[in-house]
Amino acid sequence: MTEPLVVLDAVEKQFDGFVAVNKASLTIGEGEFVAIMGPSGCGKTTTLRMLAGLDTPTRGEIRIAGEVMNDVPSHARDTPMVWQSLALFPFLNARENVEFGLKMRGLDGAERKRRAMAWLERMEIAEFAERNVDTLSGGQRQRVALARALVVEPKLLLLDEPLSALDAHLVIRMQAVLTKLQRELGITFVYVTHSQSEAFAMADRVVIMSKGQIAQVGTPREVYRAPRTRFVAEFVGRNNILTGQVTGSETGHVTLDTPLGAFRVPGEAPHGSTASIVVSADRMQVGPGENTLEARVVSEEFVGAMVTVFLEAPDGTELKVQMQERALGEIDLTAGRALSLSWTTAEGHLLQEATT
Amino acid sequence: MSRLDLALRFYLALIVGFIFLPIFVSLLFSFNSDRFPTLPLGGFTTHWYQTIFADPDFWQAARNSLVVASSTALLATALGFCTAYTDYRYSFRGKSLFLAIILLPPTIPLIIIALAMLAWFARLGISGQIPSIIAAHTVLTAPFAMAIIRLRLSQIDESLEAAAWNLGASEWRAMRSVILPFCAPAIGSSLFLTAAVSFDEFTVAWFVSGLNKTLPVHVLEIVQGTIDPQVNAIGTLVFATSMTLVLIAQALIFFKLQRRAA
Repeated sequence: MTEPLVVLDAVEKQFDGFVAVNKASLTIGEGEFVAIMGPSGCGKTTTLRMLAGLDTPTRGEIRIAGEVMNDVPSHARDTPMVWQSLALFPFLNARENVEFGLKMRGLDGAERKRRAMAWLERMEIAEFAERNVDTLSGGQRQRVALARALVVEPKLLLLDEPLSALDAHLVIRMQAVLTKLQRELGITFVYVTHSQSEAFAMADRVVIMSKGQIAQVGTPREVYRAPRTRFVAEFVGRNNILTGQVTGSETGHVTLDTPLGAFRVPGEAPHGSTASIVVSADRMQVGPGENTLEARVVSEEFVGAMVTVFLEAPDGTELKVQMQERALGEIDLTAGRALSLSWTTAEGHLLQEATT
Repeated sequence: MSRLDLALRFYLALIVGFIFLPIFVSLLFSFNSDRFPTLPLGGFTTHWYQTIFADPDFWQAARNSLVVASSTALLATALGFCTAYTDYRYSFRGKSLFLAIILLPPTIPLIIIALAMLAWFARLGISGQIPSIIAAHTVLTAPFAMAIIRLRLSQIDESLEAAAWNLGASEWRAMRSVILPFCAPAIGSSLFLTAAVSFDEFTVAWFVSGLNKTLPVHVLEIVQGTIDPQVNAIGTLVFATSMTLVLIAQALIFFKLQRRAA
């Protein structure tokens, strides 16, 4: 059986005693689009830099295409990266930037130029080939950076928050460009971002990191609907988290006694243990239902077709309800008003965790 | 224009006059046919230039100055670049002390450096030679080279070098194809500036040059002997050379560095 393209085996990275990445294990298959996300300082960029050979793991092993890469220097790897700052060479024009990797690989001038131009055309910026990169727009520079990384025909492309400097409308455009490219080329993309929308929009699988550790790996849907830790539940999407004691269980369901009442949730948990119910904001409804609780309106956030209402339960727990603007109807959302909220038992997700 | 503004402009004009008037006078009298620098001026002449151009001592001194200035520029800039890059790339224990020592020479009075150099070269048995002047001038000017190149490196995107490695460049290759081109304007500027400083540096050169006089030392020797308008001619030439070098250095550094900052 052949090994996946990328294997991280209990990889650890320390900087002067600070553990940036802690026993991270992960496999990434060929042709997969994997997004690594988490808050700043979670170790996602360090993980990417280790894949690029810019940082060396303190412990553990990184294998790419079956070869141990721990001590292979960056220039001897085939893992081009698209940088957050783009890192285009300011003293070279767009075409020369794209040619750089080919030049380092010893290709002759004519061949370099041919390949670079082919990529610039593919990225629809061939007309700017001889322009100084400083004179290009953000989107054009982004395309030069992509062409520069892809022209060497890698099996693995690393992207470090490449869209973070772009305007919102360009981000959407570039997401489409990236997804299309990845499908067409069939190569593996490892994409680091702190933006959930970018990760969910493009990735086949997302890796959520927190404090140097991998908290969860799964498809965007899995991670969104079935967070495995409280951190993931809080980081991903807008979730309501209710913590309590398991007081009863029947086949496939447990009852949780929380400060806001007793609720039923699908799953198994030992009697007497502490657990939480996660209900995403878009599954929470206004009005009574299978599981009902009372809360007061704090504020609302109106984003076009969707409205998010923020409420506070009597014990101080913050609750969120997300719904279609037109489903809002006659509901009075004046701050301080009491509302009943409910969700169907099947929409709840059981979270078992020893520590928060 | 306010009264204060006017006063400031007048003050500025005075300063510029204070600095440039003697040089201008020197330029003026270098074309004056009278032997003594008195007004009114005599006729126009290029006699003094002809005299110095015909004097083998002048040519020897000019050659020495040229060799010293260009060697100093190369050495000081190379040293300055290495130091600036070390500062940019690495952090280590005692780095601030290291930098303080590197930047020390310009703060020491020239006469002390000159004496120390003379004593040291004499002990090594290499005083009074061209290489000793080059060594002394390199010590004096390397900090300027380092400061200029360091300023440029402080503007680099830190991912740039890593991006080169990432695309297959070894450390040396990345140095050659990314760091050096990026620093090129500063390196050029440093070459011209250190050459200019060396070209008209007098004190240290006078102490360590011995019989291998540079132009400024040669000028002093003429002045010591006689009052000779040759001095004006040489002075004008030295000034013109230094100014040209400094202006090129300025143009390089301002044009490139300002443009990046804008």
